[in-house]
Amino acid sequence: MEYKAPLETYTGRVKEVTLGKGAGALKIGGGNILPLHYFEGSTVHRPLVALEVNDNGADRWAEWVVQPYKDVVSDPVKWAKRCLDLGADLICLHLDGTDPQGANRSAAEAAAIVEKVLSEVDVPLIVYGCEDDKKDVEVLTAVAEACKGENLLLGPAVKENYEAVARAVADNGHCVIAQTPIDLNLEKELNVKLLKQLPPERIVIDPLSSALGYGMEYSFTIMERTRQIGVVFGDVAMQMPIIADLGGECWKTNQARADREQGMHWESVTAMSLLLAGADILVLRHPDNCRLLKEAIEGKI
Amino acid sequence: MAIKGTDIVKKLPEGGKKNCRECGLPTCFAFAMKLASGGIAIDKCPYISPEVRIELEDALSPPIKPVTIGAGANILTVGDEQVLYRHEKTFIHQPGMAVLISDDEPAEAVDAKIKKLKELQFHWVGKVLKADMLALRHVSSGRTAFEALIKKVLPVTDCPLMLISDDTEALLDAHRLCADRKPLLYPATAQNLGKIIAAIQNRPAAVAVKAAGVESLVPLTSRLKEAGLEDILLDPGSRNLQSAIRDQTLIRRAALKQVFRPLGYPTVAFPCFMTGDRQREILLASTFIIKYAGIIVLSDIDEHSLLPLLVQRMNIYTDPRIPMSMEEKVYPINNPDASSPVLITTNWALTYFIVSSEIESSKVPSWLCVKEAGGLGVLTAWAAGKFSGDNIAPFIKKCSIESKVNHRRLIIPGKVARIRHELTEALPDWDIIVGPREANEIPSYLPDLVKSWKN
Ligand code: SF4
Repeated sequence: MEYKAPLETYTGRVKEVTLGKGAGALKIGGGNILPLHYFEGSTVHRPLVALEVNDNGADRWAEWVVQPYKDVVSDPVKWAKRCLDLGADLICLHLDGTDPQGANRSAAEAAAIVEKVLSEVDVPLIVYGCEDDKKDVEVLTAVAEACKGENLLLGPAVKENYEAVARAVADNGHCVIAQTPIDLNLEKELNVKLLKQLPPERIVIDPLSSALGYGMEYSFTIMERTRQIGVVFGDVAMQMPIIADLGGECWKTNQARADREQGMHWESVTAMSLLLAGADILVLRHPDNCRLLKEAIEGKI
Repeated sequence: MAIKGTDIVKKLPEGGKKNCRECGLPTCFAFAMKLASGGIAIDKCPYISPEVRIELEDALSPPIKPVTIGAGANILTVGDEQVLYRHEKTFIHQPGMAVLISDDEPAEAVDAKIKKLKELQFHWVGKVLKADMLALRHVSSGRTAFEALIKKVLPVTDCPLMLISDDTEALLDAHRLCADRKPLLYPATAQNLGKIIAAIQNRPAAVAVKAAGVESLVPLTSRLKEAGLEDILLDPGSRNLQSAIRDQTLIRRAALKQVFRPLGYPTVAFPCFMTGDRQREILLASTFIIKYAGIIVLSDIDEHSLLPLLVQRMNIYTDPRIPMSMEEKVYPINNPDASSPVLITTNWALTYFIVSSEIESSKVPSWLCVKEAGGLGVLTAWAAGKFSGDNIAPFIKKCSIESKVNHRRLIIPGKVARIRHELTEALPDWDIIVGPREANEIPSYLPDLVKSWKN
């Protein structure tokens, strides 16, 4: 029997999304391949790895993941710079401090923090609100306006608030994170709605990332299917790049809090799984894992 | 299955027109259809010629052959996979996790590895997770150390074994020491295949063939098959992450999409030979768990790196068609009584597992009401309309919690704080309390709450 390598090419293509502007801008997506299938089709941009900075500090983080940032966790600017020194492609700023059930920082204060970080680093910024859908509208709108034209990746836009969030994003020249709770139908529904307000090149999908052992396989399969529906079956409503914001999920597990080594593997194995499922941006907390995943993406392992 | 009933019928007696009913079916056509779906044994038809029988058996065999290693109670079966992506159906046979022991390792290190293989196990959502087998490797000069290693291992564990040696004579001698254990021999290559075939024809063994590249495996497996040997695993020789993803994918696609028999076998992967760095090795192993490996050989295992891999393996091999769900009922935790707090959550097994283990560690006797919600987590269930005031209220009324406690205070997950109002309306005699957003806050939350009730 003759062997003929079963290579496949697909007509669908992931949308190319540009983050940031000017010399520091980065691009994701653009390929017509399945995740890490660099042996077939064409890849335009490889996935990126972001490290998380939190305006709420790191009081509740496991000690081993605070350690690399210990002296800077109260200052988001210094913290972001440390992340870049430690190898992050870009920064993911979580505004947990705006949570009405927590520190309840005002939208204006939050916007000032984002502006400051933005002015001090020359990489694109991802900004997540506190995931309270009402407060997020205020905060994300203030951030979008304060950083007008800077092309941030802002979110999450969810079923309850997507119109207002997408308006702020569209009016001020940014990209949006479309977030749905691990459900393919809801994901597509939200994408379709957002596409009325924004072009697909300004949308990144967040199907929610669960940690290893805590529903990771659900996130895995939703991402894997999203990529297949977009690339293999050519559904344009599912061709946006995917973000996997998994660091926080992994490090809050008891397994990661119990032991440093175990925590490191918990985050790296979750990240590798979601990378293989189709993530175009990984958001991690530990810089050693940032380096490790970048090596995997760059073909150095 | 690779062959359709309509193709089978043409090969049956008299071109499928004999219709003698001796197989118990009304026609040859019915027999053919049943055979194609695996519903009847081929020998139920007494008139099929031996040649046709072999041909049909071959065409009907699974596209990736199941391969068994080991003997007795402790065996490992891999292969027999039917899909490229778990969402198409499910992955079936979890990859065997093997621990490498080289014959030049000090005795204490060898003992420690054997002990870890036997004793390192984890309990996770009602399952026991552990590594599966040992890979014994010949590296020292001469045979003595290798044979001593095998003789040491044999009586102390019944686990499946893989034997590794580049010296084919040594490999075959080692095989003779433990042929009754049906070990896996590695490597079979273009150079030594003849010797290996001759040696294992009368003594059972599985063989892992190694070649430089996927295509070069084809003549090797073809020769083994001609010799009647089909307990085969494949090593395409890829030794970095991205070429491994390529080769594993091509092999799986060739087997399933092209029904290309020479590559229709499970694979063996060697993170242990791909890097000397622990973090990288775990990352490689996790890649092989997703990307199709049948056996994954690790340089060592320890508590903190083995658990994440085994949990990942369990996650990926969970049947995605069956929601992992718990029975809807009231679960007592820490021996509760009539004054104990009442919490409610959804019936996704993981939600239950996390919440119940946190309540347990809070040491507060409690009642946990688990509501049927399609096996979804709290937020997802709420989004799907399966965890809201109008369906929680009837559940609270019928689940017997009202007869178990003398108070009416219900703690709901903080993530669905928004249902508090509707729930208060639906359950007017209950006081609805919004609990923590994250389960891991329960151990600090519950004791304080109970104390405040007492005052
Ligand atoms: S026994 Fe064989 S020949 Fe007779 S009906 Fe069945 S399949 Fe046809």
